[in-house]
Amino acid sequence: MTETLTTVRPTGGTLIEQFEFGLDAPICLTWELTYACNLSCNHCLSSSGRRDPNELTTKQCEDIIDELQRMQVFYVNIGGGEPTIRPDFWHLLDYAIAHEVGIKFSTNGSRITPEKARLLAATDYVDVQVSLDGATAQVNDPLRGEGSFDMALKALTNLAEAGFKDAKISVVVTRDNVHQLDAFKTLADQFGATLRLTRLRPSGRGADIWDQLHPTAEQQRELYDWLLLNGEGVLTGDSFFHLAAYGEAMPGLNLCGAGRVVCLIDPIGDVYACPFAIHDRFKAGNVLDGNGFQEVWQESELFLELRSPQTGGACSSCSAYDSCRGGCMAAKFFTGLPLDGPDPECVKGHSEDALLDPNRVIPLASQDHSRASARKNSGPIPITISRQVPARFCDEDPLTESAALNSVTT
Amino acid sequence: MVELTEILQLSPSVALRPEPFGALAYHFGNRRLTFLKRPELVQVVSSLNGTDPLKDVLQKCQIPEPKWDVFTKAIASLMKADMIHSLSPGKTSQKEPHND
Repeated sequence: MTETLTTVRPTGGTLIEQFEFGLDAPICLTWELTYACNLSCNHCLSSSGRRDPNELTTKQCEDIIDELQRMQVFYVNIGGGEPTIRPDFWHLLDYAIAHEVGIKFSTNGSRITPEKARLLAATDYVDVQVSLDGATAQVNDPLRGEGSFDMALKALTNLAEAGFKDAKISVVVTRDNVHQLDAFKTLADQFGATLRLTRLRPSGRGADIWDQLHPTAEQQRELYDWLLLNGEGVLTGDSFFHLAAYGEAMPGLNLCGAGRVVCLIDPIGDVYACPFAIHDRFKAGNVLDGNGFQEVWQESELFLELRSPQTGGACSSCSAYDSCRGGCMAAKFFTGLPLDGPDPECVKGHSEDALLDPNRVIPLASQDHSRASARKNSGPIPITISRQVPARFCDEDPLTESAALNSVTT
Repeated sequence: MVELTEILQLSPSVALRPEPFGALAYHFGNRRLTFLKRPELVQVVSSLNGTDPLKDVLQKCQIPEPKWDVFTKAIASLMKADMIHSLSPGKTSQKEPHND
């Protein structure tokens, strides 16, 4: 079971310590079904827009679901692109549920008609996340596109009217919407929905706008205080563990789960360490090669490397390192910071100098599915990256720890 | 709290996935994920067969008596999460409403 690990797993210890050595199967798997999207959000993690011609076929997707069932991956987060654009989306949804693989899917809402909403309400074991990045059209639409606010609200209305319980409203926290946190909560309450907040990552097209759009230091503090007050009823997908350096642990695992408890399968079957890291540097393999996903998950060199003990690097001497663990790997990588140094949004300010360094090199993208009009920066700037729409991590609630067992609500 | 004389059974809605540190238990109804951090606990939970009292199960799994308290507490938590049901008369588990 663990023979492939390069280092000996300790017995006992905390669950987090165990997770750092990886699991036999992911707890939380994100699967982007397509790079096709009818929107062109400025911060799209997967630089989505155009369908990849090598997109997995229906049969190949069914085979993956069969394998996930064998590995007892109990649910997957489906995203894209806009996953409902795939003509076989509703078939794959049924297929997964019939094979004991629950589905949570992210959508911009454009195709959640009253009819589809009724179908979803009648389906057990499915969860819907509607993406919204402003509590008003004035804040949302400049980022996600004209009319996208109304589109999302229409979907939420259709779901509520169909009797679909507890939809999620998925918000990427930005400089422009952080003042709307209470308004988002009110909006969610109105629809009987749950608010889900995630971090803006400099991944995909997000690399183009991250500098202007990521929350300021003051706003990060505001967000932290808000989460401490309201965190109980709000999902965060373990997004904000870098804020734990302020003092209090954030909801979730407070751990970078990349390649350890989470990973991503992209529309052509490539497996990446996490939903925010679609780049060759973090590509572990492809589900169509060799013995499929299980082999990639359990034996790929990259994942074994990520599961070996990490050093804190420049962070080791920081008093907060035990809380934030150096922050998000993808955020560091896509801002050109060393992976064993502080997060670009380090709340102690330890990355400020590095971010100002004129020699900082932003890595080139490995791929880009944007439509031609979707890139803000198309000049000779050493940027262009890749990856997903509101990608949920493990979009889950707090994990409580007792002597012998731990529990997390999914 | 659970009594040592109670007859217990793993909920039919729960699947156990073995992991190097123990197991991961998933409840398909209320979608709770629970981590069983000790292989011994996994052994005990897997041995709840709906016929033997908890005490016999602990003995069969060779859990030393001084540790029974820790194990019954863990079992009680799992019962609260609807992962384990009691089959003993008057001890029927209170099922939590499903969170669909």
